[in-house]
Amino acid sequence: MGKVGIIGVGQSAFVRTYPGSLKELAFEGFKEAVQDAGITSQEIDASVVCSAPEYDKQRSPAGIVAEYLGLNPQPTFYVETLCSSSSTGLKLAYSLVKSGLHDCVAVVGVQKMSEITSAESQERMGRGTDIQWESPFGTMMPAYYALFAQAHMNKYGTKPEDLSLIRLKSSFYGRLNEKAVFRKSLDMDQLTSPDSRLTDPVASPLRVGDCCANADGSSCVIVVSEEKAKSLSREPVWILGVGAASNSVNLTGRELFSGLPAAAEAARQAYEMAGITAKDVDIAEVHDCFTIAEMMAYENLGFAEPGGGKELIQGKETYMDGSIPVNIDGGLLSKGHPIGATGGSQIRTIVNQLRGEAGDIQVKDPEIGLVHNIGGVGLYGNVTILGR
Amino acid sequence: MAKKEIDVRFKKFGTVSFTSTSKVNDFIDYLDQGKVVGTRCSKCGLDFFPPRADCFNCLGSDLEWFDAAADTGELVTFSKMKYGPVGFENDLPYTIAVADFGKYKIFGRMDNDLADEAIKIGMKVKVSANSLDNGNMNYVFKAA
Repeated sequence: MGKVGIIGVGQSAFVRTYPGSLKELAFEGFKEAVQDAGITSQEIDASVVCSAPEYDKQRSPAGIVAEYLGLNPQPTFYVETLCSSSSTGLKLAYSLVKSGLHDCVAVVGVQKMSEITSAESQERMGRGTDIQWESPFGTMMPAYYALFAQAHMNKYGTKPEDLSLIRLKSSFYGRLNEKAVFRKSLDMDQLTSPDSRLTDPVASPLRVGDCCANADGSSCVIVVSEEKAKSLSREPVWILGVGAASNSVNLTGRELFSGLPAAAEAARQAYEMAGITAKDVDIAEVHDCFTIAEMMAYENLGFAEPGGGKELIQGKETYMDGSIPVNIDGGLLSKGHPIGATGGSQIRTIVNQLRGEAGDIQVKDPEIGLVHNIGGVGLYGNVTILGR
Repeated sequence: MAKKEIDVRFKKFGTVSFTSTSKVNDFIDYLDQGKVVGTRCSKCGLDFFPPRADCFNCLGSDLEWFDAAADTGELVTFSKMKYGPVGFENDLPYTIAVADFGKYKIFGRMDNDLADEAIKIGMKVKVSANSLDNGNMNYVFKAA
């Protein structure tokens, strides 16, 4: 069985409110990816549509999205793992191609969060946990990650300022990303001064500046077989490793509150499949829905020892010219986080880097890139390794 | 023939309940009596909190109740929430937390009467049944 590669990537601008419908939003990322691949949509022989439910009224989104993209009568599949939906979609597309069932699959991530208010969306996210035992206490995603931030700080002496350094990096690169929601460059004073809006508490110890924004957006990744790639003009970026794991949804089932074992397990699988270690990774995109999430990602992926994430960011090692550049497209903290579209956007960034097409943020000659995409507070862990 | 009555006791759990029926609905009656109960598999001896009706280990459904309110645990982590989801506005601010009781853990809220300064990771806690303003019930951690 041959290799599986990525031939096209695309995403819409991530915005607070998209002035169109869900399927029209999906079209934006899809169009960019098809044009990038240099194919016609008729060459796509299956689609995987990825989003998280209940932000909009559309039931069974795969059908209407496939119709609007002109992908009938090809089969279409709906995949959902909350915020990591499109990384899971990529794994499904990989399997469909690797098995020989299909040779060109479009993974379409889309989310239109602006149809409901922020408090309503927190209620939806709070129901991404066990609705019987946890949601009735009034849970929401910032508070879940805050529980992990609190434990991380207590165990390793991590400070709120260490987390602010992560947002500082994010804003430094976010200003360069024309598809990001948040493009203002921030300074440490704005992130740490008690007078700043960004230090208003959300769920202790996390503050406004530690949280990403809801957004509307779409992404698309086109996956092909090695055989199919031979007939196309573009050189694919190869999928070298795909890891995925799950963990107890109820926090009562967790042993660790300073890291996400599902991420570490997904990384272990992906490294093993690719035959590499963390040291071989030249550039990474990690799931920074909150600053603490990026800190834990450093440690779960092996870029730092447990508790060593703060030294990595203090030493600017995750900046563009550091030892392991992370989220130098601005990450979710700057781009915004349209749940189902996020993984595809991360993959797009890494594919562009590996092709040498990343413009202002291009790192020198990267060979191996990694995408870390998490659903819930580590309910679903997904790690994908890409290479030239 | 009389319409069969549906047991919706679980509607009473938490500020907003998202579940009405459960095979562990007796949990609500225990909560009314001041008990916060988990289940123990009579075959494997595994303790479950929150209570389960079925054991994933032996696939058996012969479980016994135990009262967690009798045990003392240790606070693992907490977060004070300034914002909340729709339906929880009147509770704000409130603090969610996880406590470790050795053979099981409990996720819940800190007692509103505890001052912020008194809440620390590692503190000893007891879990306690709690009545809410809307007539529903939940459980909270109190300093042991």
